[in-house]
This record gives sequence, structure tokens and C-alpha cells, in this order.
Amino acid sequence: MATAESAARPVTTRRLPPPSQLILWFFGAVLVIAVAAWLIKQAVESPSRFIEVTLIGVTNGSIYALVALGYTLVYGIIELINFAHGDNFMIGSFETHSIVTEGAFQLPLYPTTFVLGIPLGTTAIAASSATQRAYTIAMALFFSMLLCMIINVSIERIGYKPLRNQPRLAPLITAIGFSFLLQNIGLIWKNASPQPVPDVFPKGNLIATHGVTYAWGAFIVIAITIPLLVVLTWLVRSTKAGKAMRATAQDQDASAMMGINVDRTISFTFALGGALAGAAGAIYALSIGNTKFDVGFRLGLFAFTAAVLGGIGNLSGAVLGGVVLGLIQAYNEGFFDARWTTTIVFGTLILILVFRPSGLLGEQTPEGQ
Amino acid sequence: MRRWALPIAVIALIVSYPLWAINEPFRAFFVDRLGMDMDTVFQMAVYVMLALGLNIVVGYAGLLDLGYVAFFALGAYTLGWFGSALFSGQNIHFLDVGNTAIPGFHLSFWVVVPLAGLICAIAGIIIGWPTLRLRGDYLAIVTLGFGEIIPDVFRNGDSIFGHNLTNGVRGVTQLDRPGFGQTVNDATGGFLPDRYSSLPDKLKPWFYTILFMCLVTIFVNLRLRDSKMGRAWIAVREDEIAASAMGVPLMRTKLWAYAIGGVFGGLAGSIYGSFINGIFPTSFSFQISVIVLVMVIVGGMGNIWGVIVGASLISWLNFTGLGKIGSLLNDGIPGHAHDVDVTKYKFGIFGIMLILMMLFRPEGIIPSARRKAEFKEGEGEAVLYDARN
Repeated sequence: MATAESAARPVTTRRLPPPSQLILWFFGAVLVIAVAAWLIKQAVESPSRFIEVTLIGVTNGSIYALVALGYTLVYGIIELINFAHGDNFMIGSFETHSIVTEGAFQLPLYPTTFVLGIPLGTTAIAASSATQRAYTIAMALFFSMLLCMIINVSIERIGYKPLRNQPRLAPLITAIGFSFLLQNIGLIWKNASPQPVPDVFPKGNLIATHGVTYAWGAFIVIAITIPLLVVLTWLVRSTKAGKAMRATAQDQDASAMMGINVDRTISFTFALGGALAGAAGAIYALSIGNTKFDVGFRLGLFAFTAAVLGGIGNLSGAVLGGVVLGLIQAYNEGFFDARWTTTIVFGTLILILVFRPSGLLGEQTPEGQ
Repeated sequence: MRRWALPIAVIALIVSYPLWAINEPFRAFFVDRLGMDMDTVFQMAVYVMLALGLNIVVGYAGLLDLGYVAFFALGAYTLGWFGSALFSGQNIHFLDVGNTAIPGFHLSFWVVVPLAGLICAIAGIIIGWPTLRLRGDYLAIVTLGFGEIIPDVFRNGDSIFGHNLTNGVRGVTQLDRPGFGQTVNDATGGFLPDRYSSLPDKLKPWFYTILFMCLVTIFVNLRLRDSKMGRAWIAVREDEIAASAMGVPLMRTKLWAYAIGGVFGGLAGSIYGSFINGIFPTSFSFQISVIVLVMVIVGGMGNIWGVIVGASLISWLNFTGLGKIGSLLNDGIPGHAHDVDVTKYKFGIFGIMLILMMLFRPEGIIPSARRKAEFKEGEGEAVLYDARN
């Protein structure tokens, strides 16, 4: 085998890539320069607004990053685009809605608070103290994360595990099936109209100088996201379960032979992804102020774009991709035209895949080693 | 001869459908109980055509396409551009029927339909050229991206550099209908009508038109499957590297699959737009791409008859079937009055259907023998849409 591999090593020659490739690269370079020039022009014309838009972008980007991490964790370990992930995020935002408006933990499809709901006393927030608000945010985060974690692990057990040795199309289709199912559950749980979430985050601005304003709410989004990312990094880098995860992502068979429980490791990965989706859902509901049964679809696709942008399977890549995507969206909505966000985001995705399929920081999948 | 007996009998039943099923005594069952009136049957046929088109891309060539709705939308908007009063500053008519007083581009419907196919083929090549070299998953995501971008462009197309190209969210309405003109109408005694009517009891010409288009699609599917190109698709699907080593030009083979699949999406889109008489960007959502994909998969990828059965079944459930089943359940269970709105659970039911199908019969209702073998091979090596593995 060794000789075959060394023979197959590509011979380095100084040959130009084919002309079609050169034309593509030329257009890519022109595009990047044009966008950069346009951004610099905006920054010079109104620096305070530019900084403000950048801050909005980073804030939105951190929500994308949390959801993107769920996609990238799952893709990194079993090479599956978990289409149900975005809708899981939506369920998380609905749970937060329940906790803030009903003051109780509810299970989907069981809206009656005193049947399966656990009263938490989180509704009295209108005239309440900072402690009460912090308690509400903590409860919303905890229960949304818990619910999404359970859902994600159950989906893996029911829908993906039996299909692990099937062609990859099979689990992808079940993922789409679960996405439909979760969306329908959301639709029946709360109805089809947008669900307003009362203000829990403190109002007012954290920074207001030189025409730059930065709201408390936006700051809290980042203040919640960063500890979550730190905990995730610690889990993946420094714990035994994280080590098992990285090993399984590299080679399932070999890690099974080394005594790693592959099934449990994959479940653990889905639990992590689900918890992050739940946290993102809670943050989204609390910061945007309303949620709807179909928010998961678009946001999920954007987050997946972010994961691909950063390099799928790469955790820091997902965070970077999320922030870059948030910035792209913010610059578009701040300086161009909000109607074109979908086109620009997916256009970016396509350009990235055409020019740099491995993403900004390089992909890390069993196949892409 | 015997192997053709069943298809011929089925085709005969379908061709004569408007002659027997919507009249008494069958009407009570087919129309009232099953909800298969002419309107629904027409839309089912449109979806059969879409599914057969997607079957070329997914079933034959093994390229997972999650944005097939883009071609459907493009076909419909081609009709909007060349068969409506959208460009009211223009006044160009060509062999059209019954619109001579209306401004705008008005080409004959029979010219617009192939034009829609052509435009979709070109779009397929433009989309496919830079993206078809990508790996399976990424290709799926790129096609999904295009499936989102194209309706988005149509939605915002009411002011592209100040021009109104698509009328935005208001959509294009008052579309031209097919027709054969007065001379043919008189010569055939009204069998080939002057201009198709949208009255509920005059939908027969629509039905026969879409049926003809479906039969052409089936014919093309069959001939392609057994052609040199069809064998090349199977080779690329099963092992890209081996196919390439055997001299199959990968890019050209995949591009052909993508473009031909797109053609049928466009053809279906143009007649669908004319029938519905209104094209709105919101009607071309990701859901349609997924439902068409579900039809192909539930029916049996790569098997024409399976795909037709899957498409008819699921489009029927989607349009009227679930509602009818629901009312049957509500009335049928004695005791207290039931009032369950089954259509509300539609996507949940589709989702469960997909999950159960994949868990228990991943090869589809009527699988193609070859696909079944690919599924049974198992052990993670038989990757269905990613031959580079």
C-alpha cells in the first residue's frame, strides 16, 4: 500500500491552471476587490454608522455562529447535513417564548401549563428587578438548551443511527423529514402568526458616544455567546468525551477498536449541537422580540452557509463564518438593500464553494483529511 | 407483448379519464370521495412531469438537486415575459390567440413552451458549469442556494436598475392561454379549441395537453435511460473515477443531465403558469423542491413507473387527498362529532412518511433493480450521490 501511495503523490510541475480556471479566478479577484472598495468607501463616508453596522453584524453573527456550530459538529462526525437543526433552533425559541410569556416550561404540543408544564415564576418581568430578569434569561437558556438537546439526540437515535451504513442520501432524506415534522409541531404548538416575546433584556444603550450607539441587548447576546463558546472549546479540546469526538470524526472504525463507544460519542455530539441550537433559539427570541414557526428554515440555511464559509467540520471556522455572514448581512442591510439579503447570502455561498470549497479555514471531515 | 399490457391498460384508463370518471356513476367516488376533479388531476400531471424531470438528475445521474423549483419558476416566468401584458410598453404579437388588443409580448403558447425549455436548459448549463464539479453534499447545497436565489430575484425584480422585469410580489397575472385559433377550431368541430377555457367543466383540452407533455416526458425518459448518455449517467453515478477512466467525460455528462432535467421543469412551469393564470414569487418555495424530490424517492429513484406512482400519490395527497381522508375520518368514526383539520398536519405527515420510508423501504415503492442493488450493497461504501468517496 505504501508504494502505491507514494506513486500516487502528485508530481509538482510549473504549469498554469486551465484557462477556464484562470477566468474564474480573475472574476473572483475583481469581485473581492470591488466589495472591499465599496466597504472602504462606506467606512470613509460615515465612520460612526459603519462601526454601528459592524457591531450589529457581529451580534447577529454570534447567533449564526451558535447554530452553525451545530451543523459543523454533526457534519464533522457523520458527514450529514442535519436539515432538522434549524427547526430545532425554532423549537428552542418557542420554548423561550413559553418561559417568558407563560412563566413555565412546556413540552411542545402540551400547551396546558399545569399538565406537563413546570411553573418557574418567570412572567413577572415587566416591573421587576435586574435579578428577576437574570433569572428569566437563565431559565430560558437552560430549558431551551435542555429541550433542544433531547430533541436532537432523539432524532439521531430514531432517524440517523439505523441508517448509518446506508447511502448518504437516506439519512439526508430523514433529516428533511424531521425538519418538516418539527416545523409542523411548531405550527401546532403556537399558531402560524409571529409570537411576540416580551422584553427581558434591559433597554438603553451601553455605548453612546460620537454618534455610535450600542444597545445593552446586543451586548448581552455576545456576553452569553462567548462563555458558551469557551465551554464548547473546553469540552472538545480538554475532556475525554471531546477527545473521543475528535477521534470518531477522524476514523470511526479505528476509534471503535481503541475502545471508544462510537454510538455514545455521536449522541454526545448531537447533544452538544442541540444545546447550542437551544441557546441560539433563546437568544434569538429574547433579542429579536418575536419568533415564528418558520424562522428555523431561513436561519438554518444561513447558518449552514456560515459553516461552509468557515470550512465545514471546523469549529473555529463555524464561528468565523457566522460572524462574517452576520457582517455581510449587516453591511447589505445597512448600506445597500435589505430585500437582497437572501440572494447575497446564497450568492456568497455559491462563490465560496466555486472558488474555495474547503472554506476560509479549511474543512475537517473524515473525508477531507 | 405481455409486459406492455399493464402500462397500456393504465394509459388507456388515464387518457379516457375525463370521459368516464367525472360523470355519474363514477363521479361520486372519484370526484366527491377522492377529490380527483379535473383541476386536481391537471396539477397532479404537472407534478408527474416535474418528478420525471428531476428523476433524470437525481435518479439517473445521481446528482442531488435541492433547488429544482428554480427551473419550474423560470419556466413560469418565461410565460410571464412572452405571454402577458407585463411589458406594457411593447406591443408584439406572434400567432397568439385572443390577445390582439392587449399590449406586451404575446408569442403563441406553442412557441413559449419550447422557449421555456430552452431558457431552462441554458440556465441549467450556466448554473451547472461552475458547480457540478463539487462533491455531492456541496452540490446539494449549491442547488438549494439557486433554488432560493431565483425566486428571490423574481420577488425583487420589479426594480432592477429601474426596470420592472417581474412585477415583484404582485406577480404576473392575466397570462395567455393556449389555443389553436378559429380556423382549427371550426375544422375540428371544437375538439382543438380556439382558446382554452378556464371554466371548471371545460378543462379537457388542458388535461390532454399536459397528458401529451407527460407522455413525451416519459418517452424521453425511457429513450434516455437506454441511450449511450443514460449508460454514462449510471456509470458516473456508481463510480465517477471508474467512469472517467473509461473515457466518460464527467462534466459534459453531468451538465447534460442537469440541463435536460431543467428543460422538463421549465416546460411544466410554463403550462402550470398559464393554467393557474397567475405567477407569484411566493409560490416557488423550497417546499416544492423537496416535495418533488420526495416524489422521486418515495416512488423509486431511477424507475419511471415508480416515479409516476410516487408523484401521483403525493401530489394527490398534497392537493386534495389529505383533506378528503380527513373528512372521511371525521365523518366515518361514529360517536361524537369530529372536527380534525388534517391538512394542518400535512407537513408533519409528509415528514413522518419520509422518515418511515427511509427506515423501512429506502429504495422506494417500485424500485429500479439497479438502484435496489446499490442500496442493498450497504456497508457505507455504496455512496449514492458522492462517487468521489
